[in-house]
Amino acid sequence: MTDQTTLQYTAEHEWVLIEGDTATVGITAYAAEKLGDVVFVELPAVGTGVIAGSIVGEIESTKSVGELFAPVSGTVTATNDGVVDSPELVNSDPFGEGWLIKVTFLELPPLLSHAEYSALTGE
Amino acid sequence: MTKHLSPTLTAQASAQATERPFTERHIGTDAAAQATMLARLGYDSVNALVAAAVPASIHVDAFRSESDTLLPPAASEREALAELRALAGRNTVQRSMIGLGYYDTITPAVIKRNVLENPSWYTAYTPYQPEISQGRLEALINFQTMIADLTGLHTANASMLDESTAVVEGMLLARRGSKSPSHRFLVDADALPQTKALLANRAAALGIELVETDFGTPGADAEPAAAGDADASAGLGDYFGVFVQYPGATGTVWNPAAVIEAAHAQGALAVVAADLLALTLIMSPGELGADVAVGTSQRFGVPMGFGGPHAGYLAVRKGLERQMPGRLVGVSVDAAGHPAYRLSLQVREQHIRRDKATSNICTAQVLLAVMAGMYAVYHGPDGLRQIARGVHENAGRLVAALRAADVTVLNDTFFDTVRVSMPSRAAEIVARASGAGVNLYQVDCDTIGISVDETTTRSDLAAVLGAFGGTDAFGHVDLEASVTGLPEELARTTTYLEHPVFNTHRSETSMMRYLKRLADYDYALDRGMIPLGSCTMKLNAATEMEAVSWPEFSGIHPFAPRDDVDGYLELIRQLETWLTDVTGYDSVSLQPNAGSQGELSGLLAIRGYHLANGNAERTICLIPSSAHGTNAASAVLAGMKVVVVACDDLGNVDLDDLRAKIAEHADSLAALMITYPSTHGVYEHEVGTICQAVHAAGGQVYVDGANLNALLGFARYGDFGGDVSHLNLHKTFCIPHGGGGPGVGPVAAKAHLAPFLPGHPLAQDAEHYLRGGATVGAIATGIATGTVGTVVHGGGPVSAAPYGSPGILPISWAYVRMMGAAGLKQATGAAVLAANYVAKGLEGAYPLLYSGENGLVAHECILDLRPLTAATGVTVDDVAKRLVDYGFHAPTMSFPVSGTLMVEPTESEDLGEIDRFIEAMIAIKAEADAVAAGVWPADDNPLHNAPHTAQSVIEGEWEHAYDRATAVYPLRSLIRGKYWPPVRRIDNAFGDRNLVCACPPPEAFAD
Repeated sequence: MTDQTTLQYTAEHEWVLIEGDTATVGITAYAAEKLGDVVFVELPAVGTGVIAGSIVGEIESTKSVGELFAPVSGTVTATNDGVVDSPELVNSDPFGEGWLIKVTFLELPPLLSHAEYSALTGE
Repeated sequence: MTKHLSPTLTAQASAQATERPFTERHIGTDAAAQATMLARLGYDSVNALVAAAVPASIHVDAFRSESDTLLPPAASEREALAELRALAGRNTVQRSMIGLGYYDTITPAVIKRNVLENPSWYTAYTPYQPEISQGRLEALINFQTMIADLTGLHTANASMLDESTAVVEGMLLARRGSKSPSHRFLVDADALPQTKALLANRAAALGIELVETDFGTPGADAEPAAAGDADASAGLGDYFGVFVQYPGATGTVWNPAAVIEAAHAQGALAVVAADLLALTLIMSPGELGADVAVGTSQRFGVPMGFGGPHAGYLAVRKGLERQMPGRLVGVSVDAAGHPAYRLSLQVREQHIRRDKATSNICTAQVLLAVMAGMYAVYHGPDGLRQIARGVHENAGRLVAALRAADVTVLNDTFFDTVRVSMPSRAAEIVARASGAGVNLYQVDCDTIGISVDETTTRSDLAAVLGAFGGTDAFGHVDLEASVTGLPEELARTTTYLEHPVFNTHRSETSMMRYLKRLADYDYALDRGMIPLGSCTMKLNAATEMEAVSWPEFSGIHPFAPRDDVDGYLELIRQLETWLTDVTGYDSVSLQPNAGSQGELSGLLAIRGYHLANGNAERTICLIPSSAHGTNAASAVLAGMKVVVVACDDLGNVDLDDLRAKIAEHADSLAALMITYPSTHGVYEHEVGTICQAVHAAGGQVYVDGANLNALLGFARYGDFGGDVSHLNLHKTFCIPHGGGGPGVGPVAAKAHLAPFLPGHPLAQDAEHYLRGGATVGAIATGIATGTVGTVVHGGGPVSAAPYGSPGILPISWAYVRMMGAAGLKQATGAAVLAANYVAKGLEGAYPLLYSGENGLVAHECILDLRPLTAATGVTVDDVAKRLVDYGFHAPTMSFPVSGTLMVEPTESEDLGEIDRFIEAMIAIKAEADAVAAGVWPADDNPLHNAPHTAQSVIEGEWEHAYDRATAVYPLRSLIRGKYWPPVRRIDNAFGDRNLVCACPPPEAFAD
């Protein structure tokens, strides 16, 4: 189980795990619950250059279609084939098996702390 | 106008006296029932109730006297049919060999009688409640399988509005799906003329540059390159997509594989419009590499109807499913693990995604798609191939005979259509053919187009030959020889329609029973009330439906000569006049073939108006947060930018926020879109103020007419500030929903916008009624019109046919004709009374979410289930599905507010049915309370497990906390007339994760 207090967050309800120059990105449990049963995930191709704040993928549930935003600028180095094949992982383990992409970056933009994100969601 | 009664009307007056007025057939509650309901609500009369609900400031009496109406006094059912007969008699049914995407066809009588004319099919609603819609969902998945098979592509949707709009959607899909940043789209020079016109109109609003490209088919304007030569598209710069017509409008059959390959080479997508009948003999778009195939299924047994309605189609290769517009039926499983059909990927539609939706199209053409799919079920692959061969052989006979007569046939290749060169003589020959009963297509003064279809006989061919002078001295013509026109390299070698459903129902007995079985799965208006809020599921009277299948209305080609369609044009003019009159506008276009297209047309008219006034910067469209998602999706497609206006707690537009947004966008304000009564089912008090504020800032007011059934006869959009509206003839004006289409969405506008309403390059008459003045005169039929003013609708087309779907306009015509102004007003009153009566009857069980003046609602009411869910865990879904066990179709779920049910009883339900509904809802509330009280577990109770199939209560051990009778006979009155759902609750997530949109093998249904 990932320690959520060590993660950083965005206002778009994504979590970011920083390890060296690589950011692992997923959506929070709060977002997963709001979306409901996730049925389809579309992720960018490995090698794609992304700009922080831009839309890079889609998360579709039985209730709506959510967008995946890049939290950092950089290059996509890995995507989670597991969630593409089994989108329900986003619901069952959003902070673990349900991770979405890894991005290498040069510069880390300001992100939210666990406390700040908790304040945002009121949980 | 009654001063000048025509002799016919006088003669009929005596018959009228013995016939009960149609209003009493249409309106379900009689005077006694209404008195009971009014007493419950504390009002003396229906008019007093509506007067208390509708703000006085917008009441029609403030704007004109009741006697100013242009509607004729109500006709009886017999009189209306006699007038329709007279109008039909003014149409001329010729043999149509015009082609251009519309072909005469033989509707198998078993399909006509058991589908088109069967209320079990035509009165059903869109299958949002899949458990009670398995019949038409199966019929639609047959259609999807047929399209996917014939086009050679992976997934087909449940139909499009028509071929040309499907091409437009194909273009938009290509732009979404292409990696190319280009704004250019290549269009085949040999595309159908109406498709080119639609593409031009729609592309202009979206900044897409169209490049008409000659791919080398004969008859196109430019110097031809070698057929199929990709060079034609080389050197044109970048583009995101290419559109190919296959076979071409000229009839030429050529191989577009190289053009498609060139498109792929630069990241563009290829959209191919293909003729379904031709595809039984020639290679499919999928085999040729196409990404998207589009077209029409009209010639599969659906009458031409002067342009519609028909089912267009759209299919995509694997990987593009989630980019598709429109409805898509998929396979999932029910609570017992059995396969079950339901609509897939609904979250990508406009009602959820709003301005980010894949399309603004909400509707399919379900009834027509069902017919086309059943045509394939009845004929099977061999039968279709045989029909196609017959058509091709007849075309070949024609070509051989023409050549023998030294007439120049321009195509070397053809399936069913050829172009013939007759320098300077085209008009003369077309006229001669017309004299012999055959309509040909005059392309220009030198060229004639001829199309053969399933109905073409040798005598038709002889008539055509005669017009060309191809007969011998004795008037005989040699039709023995036939040549083939299909290139060998394109011969189809792949199979199609191998699923058993297309290979089983050859006998009429089997076909009849299959159609009956599917119809029995479904819940339509012929079983009971469908209280869907915002959908207006009122009576579709049998008399209104009568004329739809008369050949004088059904057998007319949309581009038939003006002289052949006099009756149609008169019917259209009368309906335009009447709709103008009841809405307070000045001119109406009947062209949009769905409400969404009416919205788009209205917004494009606003766009055209601003552009004509030099205000290109006016592109902001204000839309209240409570609006239907289609509004936002349509605005985007009209090239506008959506700015959301907040609503207050009561669901009304927040005036402060509106003023702030207007101030912020004062110079760029194009329009406000507002629904009236609001989507919350309330007569908003401040609507006049809202319209004034928008006008003061130079904006236009678009009033969404979805809820017109709450207003007709009491208030008019044009009076209180609307500049333009669309109406839903399939809601307010009785066109049946057909299980999810057809719809008709006329757009009505004030005079200043009328020149920008949709026109059509092939329209028989460019002029339309324009409200001209106060003088009212009677014409020969006794039908009043205003002073005859006309206006040319000069906007681009939004539908493939000039008048959209005229084949079903006699329905709305008959409704207005038989109701008259007074009857329409009575209907509104009865609808408002019924909604308020339901609200009152349920107030103890379910709180009413919104109400307006004096605590009253309009024609629908929203029941707030969130407190119930919080207290008991019982959800909106549980209540909706439990209603099935009680024998009802659920109300609208979670629109416009999540966790609610919106109920619209309409004027057509009688008090007994309304009381039955109230009783069911109260009984369900008691069941929910029992769950809360712990009588039944939260995960094992009649609500959670609803709906219950017969199998679920009969087979195996019964291990639930409630008994079998509670499950399926919660009311004793259900015992005899029980509706049994064929499946249990369907798992939506499973279906969207495992997308299967074609017929499953029979073994899947082994249980």
